[in-house]
Amino acid sequence: MTGDKVITADKLTKRYGDFVAVDHISFEVHKGEIFGFLGANGAGKTTAMRMLCGLSLPTSGKATVAGFDVYRENEKIKQNIGYMSQKFSLYEDLTVKENMRFYGGIYGMSDAFIKNKTASILDQLHLQKEGNKLVKALPLGWKQKLAFSVAIFHEPGIVFLDEPTGGVDPVTRREFWNMIYQASESGITIFVTTHYMDEAEYCNRVSIMVDGKIEALDSPAQLKKIYEAGSMEDVFLQLARKAVRAAD
Amino acid sequence: MKQFLSFVKKEFYHIGRDKRTLFILLGMPVVQILIFGFALTNEVKNSKIAVLDNSKDEASNALISQLDASRYFDLEKNLVSFNQVEEEFKRGKIKLAVIFPEHFSEDLLHLNKAQVQLIADASDPNVANTLINYASAIIMDYQSRITGNRKLPYTINTEMRMLYNPQLKGAFNFVPGVMAMVLLLVCTMMTAITIVKEKEMGTMEIMLVSPMRPQLVVLAKAVPYLLLSIVNIITILLLSVFVLELPINGSLTLLMSESILFTVVSLSLGLLISTGAASQQTAMFISLVALFLPTIMLSGFMFPVENMPLPLRIISNIVPAKWYYSIVKSVMIKGLGLQAIWKETLILGGMMVFFLTLAIKKFKIRLA
Repeated sequence: MTGDKVITADKLTKRYGDFVAVDHISFEVHKGEIFGFLGANGAGKTTAMRMLCGLSLPTSGKATVAGFDVYRENEKIKQNIGYMSQKFSLYEDLTVKENMRFYGGIYGMSDAFIKNKTASILDQLHLQKEGNKLVKALPLGWKQKLAFSVAIFHEPGIVFLDEPTGGVDPVTRREFWNMIYQASESGITIFVTTHYMDEAEYCNRVSIMVDGKIEALDSPAQLKKIYEAGSMEDVFLQLARKAVRAAD
Repeated sequence: MKQFLSFVKKEFYHIGRDKRTLFILLGMPVVQILIFGFALTNEVKNSKIAVLDNSKDEASNALISQLDASRYFDLEKNLVSFNQVEEEFKRGKIKLAVIFPEHFSEDLLHLNKAQVQLIADASDPNVANTLINYASAIIMDYQSRITGNRKLPYTINTEMRMLYNPQLKGAFNFVPGVMAMVLLLVCTMMTAITIVKEKEMGTMEIMLVSPMRPQLVVLAKAVPYLLLSIVNIITILLLSVFVLELPINGSLTLLMSESILFTVVSLSLGLLISTGAASQQTAMFISLVALFLPTIMLSGFMFPVENMPLPLRIISNIVPAKWYYSIVKSVMIKGLGLQAIWKETLILGGMMVFFLTLAIKKFKIRLA
């Protein structure tokens, strides 16, 4: 482990033939930090995140997650991370409790742990009555919060969130971010990609990717100062306009 | 192991909650066996015949009543002139006309030689052939009875025995075929669809990010369908023994093991398809076109492979159902043991190893 750095990337690159999806990106994420990963569609955010999660092998460069190398030790990385994808990731035809039992099960948690954790999550989300309902019967906002709880069910050190709040109303998004803050206070490092610039303001630090490269990386306040912008949205637009790559 | 069991349990929830699919999976073999057993049969029964009897004597009368009495024929009409024969065929009611010339008995008894004309509707050549054979057999039978003790100077008596299936029941042929079809459908198509569904829903990514080994994910997906298939095999066997009265002549254990082997081959094919297909529709389409049709056409179940042109005969060798079909026929109907089907077993085993390795390998590559 390099101090309190839980994620490091050094000239991390992913090429698909001639196309450089992620172009020599370097950054570090500290323990307990909420790290925002911004970029337009097609900028390479998801590809970068997939390499860190061990879903995709980098072409070149170095990276470690939770102190483990992404090339050689991705099995160990998997033990230490949680992941929530863009697509809603709970099983609609399973009940809330069955989903939790399943995810606890594939992470090898004990029955007692799963039982306690399920009860405490349902308490926290005020879903005690919905525990035995099928997930498809719940409103989208609840599903999303549930999906986040499931992603940190096994109490990982780092959780990767890939555009977690897509299609959710502002109130629920606010509640969702409260959950993220809580998780971060309990020591979980949050690595989150988003399209919503108001969400970028909630992050401790943000990086902005343009055409596969990281163009800016700092706290929201600093970035606004550097780019003389009133909001993160202005910062983002200034940078994103430079993009030559077409959005996908 | 605990991971694996949680996963299998989850799969059973999926299957159990989707009542309609479950019903189709378990009901399909029953419906197919019953349809093939009772509705679609290539046995010819109660065909309507017309008779033109120009002699109206003892021998012709006896023959006619014997034809009518057999379960293959029903006497539809007695004709009075030859012109009516074609009319009757054109009307489409009769399949066969039997014509006796004048003085049939006399010729038979005094000249030792009499003629009967059989005219069949050959617009369906197989049926026509079968009917002619049945009618000839009845006539021969009659002849040998009246000649009785009287020794003819030279006669060749053909004695026919239909081995393994003396009653020429169609069920002997289609039960093995239906088994191959159902197993293929349940295993290949359902496994392919269920894995592709996880990809579509995005849950597959979650699985791949989890510490669960990808090979284990693949296996856990396949296990419930293996169990379902075993239920299906048992259903089909019970139906064929107790409803269609088909005996299982060989070893039941051998038959079950071979069926499980074929099931695993089908499962591996399903896994392989799932690694290539991006959507559930594609998976279904590939399963149907690449597997289901060749199974029906090239396994020998509907059409005899021996009569096909060489290229098709060669292609038929890569259809797993062809080998399974031959195994089931050998074990179930001929009552043969492993020494008779070791070659087929080996081929299926080889296919299993090949498809499974390829599927798991391709699945891993997606991860990298």
